[in-house]
Amino acid sequence: MVAYPFFSLIYYSFHNFSALRQGTMKPVGFKNYTFLLSDPELWDRFVFTGKFVFICVTLQMLIGIFVGYQMQKNFRGRDVVFTILMMPMMLSPVVVGFLWRYMLNSEWGLVNFLLASVGLAKVDWLGQTTPALWAAAAADTWMWTPFIVLLATAAFRGIPETIYEAAEVDGASPAYRFFRITLPMSAPVLFIALILRLIDSFKQYDLFVALTGGGPGSSTETVSFAVAKTAFSYFYTGEASALAVILLVIIIGLSMILVRHLTKIGEKY
Amino acid sequence: MAEIALKNLSIEFGGFKAVDDVSLTVANGEFVVYLGPSGCGKTTTLRSIAGLVRATSGDVLFDGVRVNELTASERNIAMVFQFVSLYPHLSIKENIVFPLKARGVTKVQIARKLEWVTDIFKLGDELARYPGALPPGARQKVALARAVIRDPAVLLLDEPLSAIDEQFREEMRWELGHLQRQLGVTTIYVTHDQREAMSLADRIVLMNNGSIVQVSEPNRMFFDPVDVFAGQFIGSPSMNLIDLAPVEGGLRLGDSDVTLTVARDRLPQWALSAGRPLKLGVRPVNVHLTDEPGGVFLPVEDIYSVGRERFFSFRIGETVHQGVDKRVSPGGSEGCVHFDPEGLLFFDAATGRRVAAEVKG
Repeated sequence: MVAYPFFSLIYYSFHNFSALRQGTMKPVGFKNYTFLLSDPELWDRFVFTGKFVFICVTLQMLIGIFVGYQMQKNFRGRDVVFTILMMPMMLSPVVVGFLWRYMLNSEWGLVNFLLASVGLAKVDWLGQTTPALWAAAAADTWMWTPFIVLLATAAFRGIPETIYEAAEVDGASPAYRFFRITLPMSAPVLFIALILRLIDSFKQYDLFVALTGGGPGSSTETVSFAVAKTAFSYFYTGEASALAVILLVIIIGLSMILVRHLTKIGEKY
Repeated sequence: MAEIALKNLSIEFGGFKAVDDVSLTVANGEFVVYLGPSGCGKTTTLRSIAGLVRATSGDVLFDGVRVNELTASERNIAMVFQFVSLYPHLSIKENIVFPLKARGVTKVQIARKLEWVTDIFKLGDELARYPGALPPGARQKVALARAVIRDPAVLLLDEPLSAIDEQFREEMRWELGHLQRQLGVTTIYVTHDQREAMSLADRIVLMNNGSIVQVSEPNRMFFDPVDVFAGQFIGSPSMNLIDLAPVEGGLRLGDSDVTLTVARDRLPQWALSAGRPLKLGVRPVNVHLTDEPGGVFLPVEDIYSVGRERFFSFRIGETVHQGVDKRVSPGGSEGCVHFDPEGLLFFDAATGRRVAAEVKG
């Protein structure tokens, strides 16, 4: 079940093949790969995806940990606030994409309306590459920060109260406690959250379909977007397969580095 | 080091009085043990000295200075908790120096202090390890090392030995007492284990239901309890408590028809003549089953040995009591039960308070 699609993917990636023209499969060796890796347009896709991943993961981890730390405390209405906070995560990325697309509409969107109401100039959010990158990152962050909040809150709450009391008795200030106790003790969980978000945002596709459609031009196409476009708009199945394999190798490599690091953290306990 | 004083300390949790008007002064360098059953308020009292719990009313004073408003980190205290409170992600060394690092002590001083405690606790081999790799006893030793490394004004210990194996606990108890005398640090120790209290304390503070029952040095706590609770809580097996009725020529025991003759000067005459109902408290070590004449005949229920000591149980009416079988050759169930006259303690049946005899034993 896992193996068949996987091996056919690898098999296709070494052939000149289009799913539209069955029976014309021709082995080409590494030609698909060399072609892709020498294509400057593809490198642009990787650079864009990298920027997107970096912005998303950084924002989500920082905000997620901060909010998670607040949610760890007991306060009135905590459960209600927590439930509301979790909602974006439950939406479909396509829905989130359209929601943000409407909010960011340069003529009648909420964001520009608010900017105008405080006397700032309107921004063509989705019509330029850099604002569109930030818009997409904002949408992804809005949607997925709750996930970090969820895991961070659980991790923070898992630290026994006596540990904090001991730290307080030991004369640790709240900031010292946070950085020397709370963060390191939740590191394994936070690390898993980081890995999941990294992999997931690297593969982001549907959000872009709904939000920017890859535009302006093809400047906000992620690697996944390029795979889909190559496979299902141009029907260069062999080439798309090769690109998918490259993406897979990168993600596996990245995860392995992180998982190894995670095991190292885990060994201490 | 410091003198710790509690003045009319009360602590309430949503209407429940955990600590009720407690006053006590712990002298500089003294080892005081709070003893009492679970929920008696001893740990809450300790936590209020630490600054982890706020007093509802009353004051906590360190060397005469009121510290109520100071947080735990602002008071110069160190504490060892009942359950593991080492930082699991830090090595033993990092755990021990944590209080110094948190307070920004210089590296040179940290190194010197570390060497000092490593020496005392013989932790040289453990420094690079992590708490998870140590047995519970060794972990508490590390917690203790972490507590004393920065010369606290007062050392607070919340049942530090209760999570340790029996065998190692004995050894730790001895080391702890030795260490406290060596350092001379004011120490307040909470336990429900009377053996720990008896062997460690300069003074024991016995608590029940949020209030102090009795404060005295360990021996007096045993021989001179102020009430039925103190009498029965201290000592194992527990003190026998027998209803008394004064009759011609002595005291009738419970609802039996056995009369115990007691010398007049051993009796609380004034209470008897006032017609107050009394109870007799007598520890099992003061009740003997012997072959010698002069005792009273009571039905013996059972005879059993605990190590070298042979105990017996006897019945007065419906209640079963304990004593020590001192006969050379253990005979049958018939025996002459002797009550040591100096072991007889009298309590007011209504209030539970001790009623002193005319002559102190």
